[in-house]
Amino acid sequence: MIKNISNLGDAAIYCDFGSEVNREINHEVIKYFKTLTSKNIKGVTNLAPSYNKLIITFDLDVINYKELVEKIINLKLDEISETASKRKKIPICIDEEFALDIERVSKNTNLTIKEVYKHILNKDFYCYMTGFVAGMPFLGDTNKNIRLKRLETPRVKVPKGSVGITEQFCNIYSYESPGGWNIIGNTPVKVFDKNKEENPILIKPGDSVQFYEITKNEFYKIKE
Amino acid sequence: MSIEVIRPGINTTFQDRGRSNLYHLGIPFSGAMDTRNLLITNKLVGNDKNDAVIEFALQGPKFKVKQNNINCVVTGNVSFTFKKNSKIYNGECYKTFDLNNNDEIDIISTNNSMYGYFSISGGFKIEKKWNSYSTHLRSKVGPNKGNKIVENDILQLNKNVKPIIKKSIDYLNSKIEFIRVIKGTNFDYFSKESQKSFFESQYQVTNLTDRMGMRLDGNKLNNIKSENIKSEGLIKGVIQVPPDGKPIIMLSDHGTIGGYPKIGVIVSADYDKIVQLPPMSKIKFKMIDVKSAEKLFKLYSMETKNILDQI
Repeated sequence: MIKNISNLGDAAIYCDFGSEVNREINHEVIKYFKTLTSKNIKGVTNLAPSYNKLIITFDLDVINYKELVEKIINLKLDEISETASKRKKIPICIDEEFALDIERVSKNTNLTIKEVYKHILNKDFYCYMTGFVAGMPFLGDTNKNIRLKRLETPRVKVPKGSVGITEQFCNIYSYESPGGWNIIGNTPVKVFDKNKEENPILIKPGDSVQFYEITKNEFYKIKE
Repeated sequence: MSIEVIRPGINTTFQDRGRSNLYHLGIPFSGAMDTRNLLITNKLVGNDKNDAVIEFALQGPKFKVKQNNINCVVTGNVSFTFKKNSKIYNGECYKTFDLNNNDEIDIISTNNSMYGYFSISGGFKIEKKWNSYSTHLRSKVGPNKGNKIVENDILQLNKNVKPIIKKSIDYLNSKIEFIRVIKGTNFDYFSKESQKSFFESQYQVTNLTDRMGMRLDGNKLNNIKSENIKSEGLIKGVIQVPPDGKPIIMLSDHGTIGGYPKIGVIVSADYDKIVQLPPMSKIKFKMIDVKSAEKLFKLYSMETKNILDQI
């Protein structure tokens, strides 16, 4: 349930579901997000669901904070069926060409490279949210033994498709962009495809994701 | 029917009123930074309020037109010239003028402001992406394959069947002494002294300002709770404070998720004004509540309507 509703500026509502990050809380956020999307409330211009918050922006010419809070409090939630969430299998290549930080990860976790990947490959991850840049999925939770901080100095350019880990999370860089996550591989699949008008993102909040290893040859074949 | 790009200028893109309902995918609103100038531009050339205009920052583009009887306008606080039948004229903002085949327009620079706008009666022949003509460079979404306008681009125009009607208006985006701010959701993360100093001291706009955000320099804000929050959604106008204590204002092309504490949010009525502040500008923030911000927005909306009604 929403623990607290407040305003974020004069044209957005900030719904706080708690401070912890776990699937139960995130499931509630997604439930509100999906219900509000289907209700299509006049004046609502954007919904930003995250781990444990939901931000709702609105057009001040159409509705105001007080009126919209009223509607959210009285919202009848749609139940989301578990089948709406999908299982996605994502190929990654962990060749040293792509695994930019694997040696450091191995050193700092006191695990062999093989052991690090044991915690990543063929494990079930859950997608909490998508964003920052278009299509970037925030996945969790990684095994306690491989949780590291971000890089001290972020990279100016993280290659597109890079798979990174930090704290209890794992993500995929859908674009080349600056970033400080520990890069352990690269996926050749398109995580964001603007040409798919209705469905541009591969991994949606609530989906489960498994990484499987591919060779460099297979990587370039899929890339084509 | 086209115009040729001789010089692209800085960050020249197609923009309209923005793209909604895609935050959850990681795509922000985008749209013209200065909405009021977008609306005035469209009205002056007789286009629809949802049509696209060309936005530029600091230095504008230079175009050669490849069509007779083109009615165009430049808005903002901008210096420009146009070459008509080989003669050069000084341009006047907010006043439409017509050009013929092989005439040129040279938008030299914005004056003491960031963004200027250019459009043509009938508009540009471009396609909507997710219900908007706005360009978001980072995700390469929008007209021109989501890219900036570059040298030698040829911009196609819609056929304009309407006769040319000359229009003009006196308008100058007023300077503002204070930027009004509503307390952010992490206001209490900052020490009492920093909360006070945020509203009492002066901040300076740095060179690190673009369509994504505006970095400020000034008194360091002391975070006494936690320098990182769990990543969550962002909206335009949010003022985030990273560990270095220097505020960053999120603007129209901001990343949709961020993990720095939010000390405040710029009120909607002042957004058009803050985006126009060039590097080195000095600003002061003033705290107000939601009710007052809503009143200010009503005034802003009425003022916009009055300006548009005069055209």
